This record gives sequence, structure tokens and C-alpha cells, in this order.
Amino acid sequence: MLRLEGIHAGYGATTILHNVSLDVRAGEVVTIVGANGAGKTTTLRTIAGLIRPTAGRMTFEGQDITRLPAHEVVDLGITLIPEGRQLFADMTVHENLLMGAYRGEARAKQKDTLDNVLSLFPRVRERLNQSAGSLSGGEQQMVAIARGMMARPKLLMFDEPSLGLAPIVVQQVFDVIDAIVKTGATVLIVEQNVFHTLRAADRGYVLENGEIVLSDSADALLTNDHVRQAYLGI
Amino acid sequence: MDTFLQVLASGLMLGALFAIVSIGLTLIFGIVKVVNFAHGEFLMIGMYLVYLITAKLGLHPLVTVVAVAPLLFLVGVATQRLIIQPLMSARDDHIQIFATVGLSTALINLALLIFGADIANTPPGGLRMPIQIGPARVLLGQVIILLASAALVIGLQLFLQRTQTGRAIRAVAQNRAAAQLMGINVNRIYMLAFGIGAACVGFAAAMVAPLYPTSPTIGTYFVLTAFVVVVLGGLGSIGGAFAGAMIIGLIDSFAGFYIGSDLREVAVFGVFLLILILKPSGLFSERLNLSHVSP
Repeated sequence: MLRLEGIHAGYGATTILHNVSLDVRAGEVVTIVGANGAGKTTTLRTIAGLIRPTAGRMTFEGQDITRLPAHEVVDLGITLIPEGRQLFADMTVHENLLMGAYRGEARAKQKDTLDNVLSLFPRVRERLNQSAGSLSGGEQQMVAIARGMMARPKLLMFDEPSLGLAPIVVQQVFDVIDAIVKTGATVLIVEQNVFHTLRAADRGYVLENGEIVLSDSADALLTNDHVRQAYLGI
Repeated sequence: MDTFLQVLASGLMLGALFAIVSIGLTLIFGIVKVVNFAHGEFLMIGMYLVYLITAKLGLHPLVTVVAVAPLLFLVGVATQRLIIQPLMSARDDHIQIFATVGLSTALINLALLIFGADIANTPPGGLRMPIQIGPARVLLGQVIILLASAALVIGLQLFLQRTQTGRAIRAVAQNRAAAQLMGINVNRIYMLAFGIGAACVGFAAAMVAPLYPTSPTIGTYFVLTAFVVVVLGGLGSIGGAFAGAMIIGLIDSFAGFYIGSDLREVAVFGVFLLILILKPSGLFSERLNLSHVSP
């Protein structure tokens, strides 16, 4: 479904990703594991079209997306739920969700999608008319996920969904992600809680200093000595 | 008492004039985060267009709005696309501001080249007719400016709050990267916002031209007050600009009458400085992300 071949990318003159290749097949949950600064967020931002690769090729459902701007990547069905939530703080929760369904097909089905999405997030439904900036961190993360789903994506990418949240809220966020995974969604997730994420995932890639050093099934990674030592602290 | 009411009425009329020329400026700043120093020259272009259309075609000046506002919209879109957007990735945000200063100077000199330094008087079309409201006497054209500026504020607010495009504009103003992730074409929204801001001043021109003589430097006459109004109201706040304009209009009018007409600017800028010291973000500032406007 999604394929990256030899991607180099970075910010300005600084190259962060070196020759990154990975693929995500339809219906899979894939995770990228790595330390802070390894290039996980850069990888997701590059796929989303926020960063243009300097070399390599990306395709989605066979179509070349290497040079597509972010708003056209969304059209094809790739949605990134960004690190730090990035809600429109002065707009209401409802308006935030409507922005999630801004483009073409999603906009036509806005009402149906909203009902579906809100059934997954009862807490968000209660907060519809509040400004997004007034919500707690956990509630904001729920809105960010709901907003991402409003686009009816074929591939949903999560960037550190549990970052900065209280442990009890982290569990709620994982429950929601698990529920989304159970619907058969295709997911690419970057998450600091490696243990939990590998258990939910089908496959994983290990990214170190901008290079993929390991890729295997999630079960195999959970028992891999290097992964256990470096990322699971066992 | 009658004198007081007359001064009050004059102040409100002056405030409405400041409001109608300032709204586009605050809109562009609030969304594109660019201080458009060529805003006064956009007004000047609009006033010359009103002058040309009324003088050549014999139309009523207010009718020209249907042509002038769309033409100024195109001027705004072109400014964003050809001047601001290529500088978006510049390392220093101030470069965009300098570019608009350059545009301002270029437009003034272009007008001097085409029209010369003489003033051009748009036919008033009955708008300079005095009308009596209670004890106060004002011009018909001033009342129309007051109504039009209020309608413009309400119309823009409805557009920004109630339409999908309006919400997209607010989304881009609040969080540009997140807006891109929603599938919003940010560059197109910037062009639209710049166009709307310029169209607002084109709308203003149709009402200002019949009352004020048009000249290449007319923009600089209005724009300094417009900046005061916009900062006073809170950068980017449309309602704030309207309220700020009314405050400045009233201070100007009362100071001119009760203190002395040559001291009115002392009063205006004195109050302006006082408010900036007490509330630097402006009276009605909405929470704005000014992250890329360096202090």
C-alpha cells in the first residue's frame, strides 16, 4: 500500500533520514521504533508531504507521492495525527472535527463520518461546543485522533499519541487506538511506549540515526535481544 | 449640549472612516501574518479606479464598488502570489515587510507617473449633502460609511465563522502545519485572505473617494491612523479594529474641538501610547499565534 524506497530527507542542509526503505501493506499495523532524534517523526512528516525528500521514491497504492504537497497527500487517503496534537485551539471541538473532513469525498460524507467517529469518542461528543484549547491533554489527544479519522483515511499515521499524557490517560488513548486497529484500519505508528505498541502491531522497523537497522514481525522484535536491551529496558 | 452632540457625531463619522480603511489591514495581518505597508496605496489605487470609472462612464461612485472591490481582490491575490509567497521561505520574516514597503513606494511613484501630483476629485454624487440627525449635522456619505463599515465587520465575521472556507482561513491562521495536514492548500488560503483584505479596502475606496480628494499620496494620509487603529484593537481582530477606529475617531474629534485642532494628534497618540503601556496586546486582542513575528 505504502512503499518508501531509499528515502533521504531532512531540514534545510541537515539530512536526517538516510536511505530509509519501508512498506506498509493494507490492513497492517506497522510501528517504527527508535530513540529520540532517530528520525521517526521526520519519516512520518515526509510521508505526509510536510517535508520533501531529497532522494528516493515514495508510492501509495502504486501512485508516486514523492513530490506531492501535503494537501494532496491527504486527498489520496493518508492522514497524520501529529505529535503534540496540533489542534486549532481557538476553534470549537466541532469545528476542529469539521476541518478534519475538509477535502472532497470526506467533506461530502461529513455528517455520517461525524456520527461514526463520535460513537468511538463519547467524551469528545460531550465537549463539541467547547474551544479545543480549553480541554485537558488527554481530551485534546482524543479530539486529534477523531479529527484524523474524519478524513476517512486509508492509512492512519500516529506520531507519539501518548506523549505528555498522564499514565491513566495513556491507557485510554491506547484503548482507542486498539479499537481503531480492530476495525481493520491500516496504521503506521510511532510511539515511545514500545512494549505496548509492539504487542498491538503486526510488524516493526527499528530506526537508529536515520537508518533502518532492523525489521521483523512484532513478535520477533519483542524477543530480539537488541530491541529488549535498547528499547524495552529488559 | 448641542455642540457636544455635534462633536460626538463627527467623531463617530471619523471613526467609521478609519474603521472601513483599517479592516482589510487587520484581516491580512491576522491570517497571513504580514504587515502590509502598501495598504494605503491599495486604497489609493481603489480611489483612482473610482475616479476613473465615475469620470469616464458617468456612473454614481457607490455603484463602482461592484468593479473596484473585485479588482482590488485581484491586486491582493497578485501581491501575495508574486511578492509575499516567494519570500515565505526567507530566513528573516522582516523581508516580507520590507517588500511591502517597496511595493508602497513603487505604487506611489507609478501613480505620480500616470496621474501626476495634482489631485483628482471624484464627483460626489450627492454624498456631500448634509443631513440633520437631531441637533447634529453630518454628510450623507459619512452615514453611508458608518453603515457600510458595520456591515463589513458583520459580513466578515459571518463568513469566517459560518462557512467552510472561513473556518479553513481561521485554521490556517491558528496552526499552519496542522491546516496542511487537514488537506488545506495553505498558499491558496493566503492568496484568498490577501485578496479579501485588499477587496475590503476597494469597498472602502468607493465610499471614501466621493468625500476626499484623490492623490498619489492619499494612502499615507490614512494608513498611519489605520496602523494605530489596528494595533489599538489588537492585531488581527476585526471587531477590535472597528472599536479601535471609533475610539480614535472620538478622541480626534473631541480633542480637536475642546483642546485645539492642532493638538488632536497629540491627544490621539498620547492615548495610544497610554493604552500600549497598560495593555500592549491591544484592547480586544484575540489569542493569536505570533510565533513568527519576531519581537
